[in-house]
Amino acid sequence: MTEATSVVNAREAPTAPPVRRRGAWAVLGVVPFFAFSALFLILPIGFLVIGSFQDSAANLTLQNYADLSEPFIVEAYGNSIEISLVTAVVGGIFGFLLAYAVILGGLPGFLRTALMTFSGVASNFAGIPLALAFIFTLGNVGLVTKFLLDALGINIASAGFNLYTKIGLEIVYLYFQFPLMVLIVAPALDGLKRDWREASENLGASPAQYWRHVALPILTPTLLGAVILLFGNSFGAQATAYQLTGGTINLVTLVISSQMRGDVLHNPGLGYALAMGMVVIMAISIIAYALLQRRSERWLR
Amino acid sequence: MTTQGPGPIAVAKTMEGLTAPRGAAGRRRRGSLVWWLVFLAGVLYFFVPLYATLLFSLRAQPAFAAYSNVLNDAQFAGSLLYSAIIAVLTIITSIAIIVPTAYWVRLRLPRLRPIVEFVTLLPFVIPPVILVFGLIRTYSGDPFPLTYSDLGSDALLVSAYVVLSFPYMYRAVDSGLRAIDVRTLTEAAQSMGAGWFTILWRVIFPNLRVSLLSGAFLTFAIVIGEFTIATFLARPAFGPYLSLLGQNKAYEPAAVSLISFGLTWIAMGMIQLIGRAAPGRVQVGGAR
Repeated sequence: MTEATSVVNAREAPTAPPVRRRGAWAVLGVVPFFAFSALFLILPIGFLVIGSFQDSAANLTLQNYADLSEPFIVEAYGNSIEISLVTAVVGGIFGFLLAYAVILGGLPGFLRTALMTFSGVASNFAGIPLALAFIFTLGNVGLVTKFLLDALGINIASAGFNLYTKIGLEIVYLYFQFPLMVLIVAPALDGLKRDWREASENLGASPAQYWRHVALPILTPTLLGAVILLFGNSFGAQATAYQLTGGTINLVTLVISSQMRGDVLHNPGLGYALAMGMVVIMAISIIAYALLQRRSERWLR
Repeated sequence: MTTQGPGPIAVAKTMEGLTAPRGAAGRRRRGSLVWWLVFLAGVLYFFVPLYATLLFSLRAQPAFAAYSNVLNDAQFAGSLLYSAIIAVLTIITSIAIIVPTAYWVRLRLPRLRPIVEFVTLLPFVIPPVILVFGLIRTYSGDPFPLTYSDLGSDALLVSAYVVLSFPYMYRAVDSGLRAIDVRTLTEAAQSMGAGWFTILWRVIFPNLRVSLLSGAFLTFAIVIGEFTIATFLARPAFGPYLSLLGQNKAYEPAAVSLISFGLTWIAMGMIQLIGRAAPGRVQVGGAR
């Protein structure tokens, strides 16, 4: 007891006097967090921001942003955006259907638990091992490739399929996209109150009308927000694409990677501007997500 | 139908109920079949790549050669151990920074909440490849030449992972704090003579067990196989090791991929296990 008291005395004594000083002391509690964030988040990003406005002689310029219109870079952004959009929409639809199936589709309850666990794992199973798993599946000697050839006589390569292209990358990305959708949408589907369906039925609405006029309008902000989150999720991905294609597809993250390894753009400032363009796109999508999230909270939860 | 007898409307409803079921049940069953197919498609998508990886890993001769080769490979154990140590350091640092901050913001500085939330959400906006880009450019010259030494690079790697862990660690801790009465607990501890360190260590931490563990396991799952940041900082981590193996060997990468998947599975399984329906559970890490 005496020990504890002395500890308290030692700690309380200096802070005891004026209230104003107490406020100053209170701020000290969050100093480690802000110091750490400043050093390892704000400062590095600030470095990129400043660099993006400088030419090679460190003069102020907007030329780097103007150079983003080079065809090579426009193509990189185009590919990244296209792949992210496709996987976000397809993954979003499939993830929604899957979540619907186990929550409202009348499937046994244990499947729901299983799906949620798998989704937690799969949405975090990205990067190198995922790319490798798909090479073993749909690569030139992959399991499914050989199965289709041997059992069904279908040669997917001559049918124009190649895992190491955009469509291949999209199939791989979907592996972590739709489980993420399941995780986001499941709570929203749970939040659809039974009363709403019963009320619609009592008013004579068919299931289709209930979905058209009640459930979907309530879910729309959540669904849109989730798709945006999925977009950002694949837009920022680098490891999976790197391992799968070795850089043969022109993606923003891969261009940034080669820029880091050796100045492939022959202009450091352009590299920084490229990175800033990505941050801006990510920021827009996250802000849109946050706004939609706020809207969806009006009805759900 | 009990002795009281239902009113006319209820009877009509019951009649409806008696005549309708065939159609309704039929519809439900048909609907159900569609949902079974959807579920089956999902199951195939999940498991076919894993099955293919398993078959590939078993193809090496003699039996299980891929696994024994990998387990005898000093680099495998070395890189896995390295990543595990980095993961533990990341978890400790992240918790040591986030818990006092979230606690303090809740108790004393609610006005700072929007700023803290904004900062913890920034890593969502900044993909790992850009974070490491900035880190390398900032810390590969004066006044902080961290990338020139192994220790400095290790510190940079942990710092980058700590930043990546901020969004879900903060969310987990903050919703964990919301579930307990922070003010009352703090005042009770103070009135019994506890100092701030004692309060955090013996009152707040134990109450946040579920949140902290789920944040810790998610961090572990992400850090253990992370590739982008580790490779650009030239660290001997598990992700770069697997990447190189995948470019040079045939069957061993399959074995290591499965092991990596197993680690993710264990980490996520632990989250499910410790936190059934508990507040502050997080499940999603982010892009890689």
